[in-house]
Amino acid sequence: MSASDNLVLTTVDDVVNWGRVNSLWPLTFGLACCAIEMMATGAADYDLERFGCGVFRATPRQADLMIVAGTVTLKMATRIRTLYEQMPDPKWVISMGSCSNKGGPYWHEGYHVLKGVDRIIPVDIYVPGCPPRPETLLEAVMLLQKKIRVQQNNAKAFEFVRGVPA
Amino acid sequence: MTFDAILEKITARFPGVTFTKGETKPDPFIALPKEKIVDVVKYLNELGFESLHCISGVDYPKTNTTEVVYHVASFQHRTTVCLKVILPRGDGQSIPTLCGLYRGANWLEREVFDMNGVTFEGHPDMRRILCPEDWVGYPLKKDYVTPDFYKGMPVPLYFADQGEAGDPGQPSPAGGGH
Repeated sequence: MSASDNLVLTTVDDVVNWGRVNSLWPLTFGLACCAIEMMATGAADYDLERFGCGVFRATPRQADLMIVAGTVTLKMATRIRTLYEQMPDPKWVISMGSCSNKGGPYWHEGYHVLKGVDRIIPVDIYVPGCPPRPETLLEAVMLLQKKIRVQQNNAKAFEFVRGVPA
Repeated sequence: MTFDAILEKITARFPGVTFTKGETKPDPFIALPKEKIVDVVKYLNELGFESLHCISGVDYPKTNTTEVVYHVASFQHRTTVCLKVILPRGDGQSIPTLCGLYRGANWLEREVFDMNGVTFEGHPDMRRILCPEDWVGYPLKKDYVTPDFYKGMPVPLYFADQGEAGDPGQPSPAGGGH
């Protein structure tokens, strides 16, 4: 692989990442009181759409981002796992609020609560708070965009398109 | 209509049945045998108690009893009366259903069944309402033990001298975990 190829691949990374960063489509998915804050973030006052992140999709097949907003009960955990597996790659997860981070107020005595959604799916950003303010969720989205912007795993996909063996 | 007046009417209507008056404050109660609960609530309904507010299940290991508590309310008399059926503690207690009198009793009784394990005879749909259908045990019983795993997911935050459950560095004791 020559130096000029590297230059092209880096550029493709940037273009693809630019597209992904500005069209993060979250799954319409609320579990508890954090979902109220998530709805407020999506509404006119805080306007998640400014970040290209306001297109809440009603099906996991069209979503890139799962915002786990609320208490993850064991009954719901199996459904969350299914929804996560139905989302196409690349996909990201924001764990919103203390409950989905670590069980929240149910961390010790809750027989029915999963102590952290990261026990069943990988999490990119953890948002503290009970519930977090909309500004906190906005910052989480911005952090996630920062993370996606420097992702460098698109080169292989590009090589596959050109027919060049990896 | 005062509490004593209600108790008097019920006692007059059902001679030979033991009604025990509980002097707890602020909510005195009438304890009655479980065979009579449908008849008594039906009679209260005729008296004007048209609303069933709540059915609860309470577990008392100290007195070795399980109580099913009914709150029946009347808007025209502006009062609530509390009825209790006291059952011996243990597995598989049963009690007649009130679904024929109040349709709202359906989900309330399912909740008592889900949390305390009391079965309601004649209930049209006696299933768990909150917990998953394959859940084991009745969580509001005082001797309930939280399971270590549910469908391979670790339930407690920490296992005793095992480190954090679900920690990738720690193998799960029952082979579940991730």
